[in-house]
Amino acid sequence: MRKVYFDHSATTPVDKKVLEAMMPYFSDTYGNATSIHSFGLDAAKGLDIARTQMAKFLNCSETEVIFTSGATESDNLAIKGFIKAIKKQGIKNPHVITSIVEHDAVLEPFMELEAEGVEVDHVKVLPNGVVDVEDFKKKLKDNTVLVSIMHVNSEVGAVMPIREIGKTIKKHNESREREWKKLSVKERGERPQKAYFHVDATQGVNFFKQDVKWNYVDMLSMSGHKIYGPKGVGALYCQKDVPMESLQRGGHQEWNKRSGTINVTGIVGLGAAVEQLDEKTLEKDNKKIAKLRDKLVDGVLEKIPDVVLNTDRENATPAHAHFSFKGCEGEAVLMSLDIEGIAVSTGSACASGSLKASHVLIAMGIKKEIAHNSIRFSLGKHNTEEEIEYLLEKLPPIIEKIRKMNPIYNT
Amino acid sequence: MEHFRNPRNQGSMDNPDAVGQEGNPTCGDVMKIYLRIKDNRIEDIKFETLGCAAAIAVSSAATELAKGKTLEEALAMNKDDIVNDLGGLPAPKIHCSMLGVDALHSAIKDYQNKKSL
Repeated sequence: MRKVYFDHSATTPVDKKVLEAMMPYFSDTYGNATSIHSFGLDAAKGLDIARTQMAKFLNCSETEVIFTSGATESDNLAIKGFIKAIKKQGIKNPHVITSIVEHDAVLEPFMELEAEGVEVDHVKVLPNGVVDVEDFKKKLKDNTVLVSIMHVNSEVGAVMPIREIGKTIKKHNESREREWKKLSVKERGERPQKAYFHVDATQGVNFFKQDVKWNYVDMLSMSGHKIYGPKGVGALYCQKDVPMESLQRGGHQEWNKRSGTINVTGIVGLGAAVEQLDEKTLEKDNKKIAKLRDKLVDGVLEKIPDVVLNTDRENATPAHAHFSFKGCEGEAVLMSLDIEGIAVSTGSACASGSLKASHVLIAMGIKKEIAHNSIRFSLGKHNTEEEIEYLLEKLPPIIEKIRKMNPIYNT
Repeated sequence: MEHFRNPRNQGSMDNPDAVGQEGNPTCGDVMKIYLRIKDNRIEDIKFETLGCAAAIAVSSAATELAKGKTLEEALAMNKDDIVNDLGGLPAPKIHCSMLGVDALHSAIKDYQNKKSL
């Protein structure tokens, strides 16, 4: 049967070049990278190469890259490891800001911290899913220690104004420092606490340059498998002055910020994957993917009535196309497409194991009954025009069939 | 899976003897069951469903099981009968099977209410 993959936001295939780079590190160069004999040193060489690739990609120093098991771990470390360190410094009432549309890997650590007394604020989004910067500015306070905003929303593909937020935080910190310095030494009291900026860039790395200095970012999470690299590996960029306490204890790897034997094979793969994301390649791939996405969107809107496009193409990645097909439960569409060999995803109800409508769509002001009717297409660099045509042939009769079954559609 | 691919008894019915509808579109599932009843037996049954693949499969299996049964037998059906008929359902989908039973039972009650009038 024909197989077509339109779920690249879930995961991507490992590139051949990436796999080739990884192969020697399974059975040949298998030493523990922290051993000081030749086996260990050979493995450490691979690790060093990957670290340099990461540092170049992020425009940071090599010592600011912490390798992890993936973006979920990076997010947990960035949030909980940071708050742990801040509390150790004696800060009693930390305030943090995040957005209402973050991934659970960010929302849930914050929920945990909230239960421990940390004050958590959630920034609203505009109807197109983009974080409302004005609302963010209102929420920034003197005791704000951390702001965590995603680069790209995984469901609708909305791109957040990361640089603008980073700049706002920098100005906020600078103005507080200036006020403090104006005071006489006696009046001063403690130096004002800085607010730090964490970005969950997991869904953005594939499409946009991640220059942490240009974007004024202090911490950045990413994973390998979203960028044609392997699963089970990721990284946290952590600027050298950011307070950070490790969450897991053990062998003191990664400057004592992330204990655990170093996953050299995976890390080599991650390095090789970012190596391919140079500006020229990004531009070329983005152009190609955007063309396919537009063909898909235009085709769906033309062939199927009563469809809402939830992706604002002007403010989204080139790969996302998120629709609500009124009167069709998303999962029934997903399963019907799967029978035709086409893989898509739904953020709604049953598929995610919970029965709640997507928190992202609700935050965008979409009604619950419409949110349940949603399907996300996320394209990748290997998709073809022909695959889009195959979808445009199979999808309209599926929607018609499901609508026919619906007792409350068109009645 | 087969019940989802080729659902049995799907569609509406002209002049049904009874109709039952359960569920809520804000939860993502609505199931409507039509009955034709003769001599206290379900002679014909049809369903229309808005819902996930499991909800559609449940509707199909429930109508197939209920067809030909007396009203008492159909009222005695529970969600486990449907789940067993489908060869099991993943845990988060069990509520779908309850919806199938509820819609069937509410259609039968609709019939009994009409009759007692």
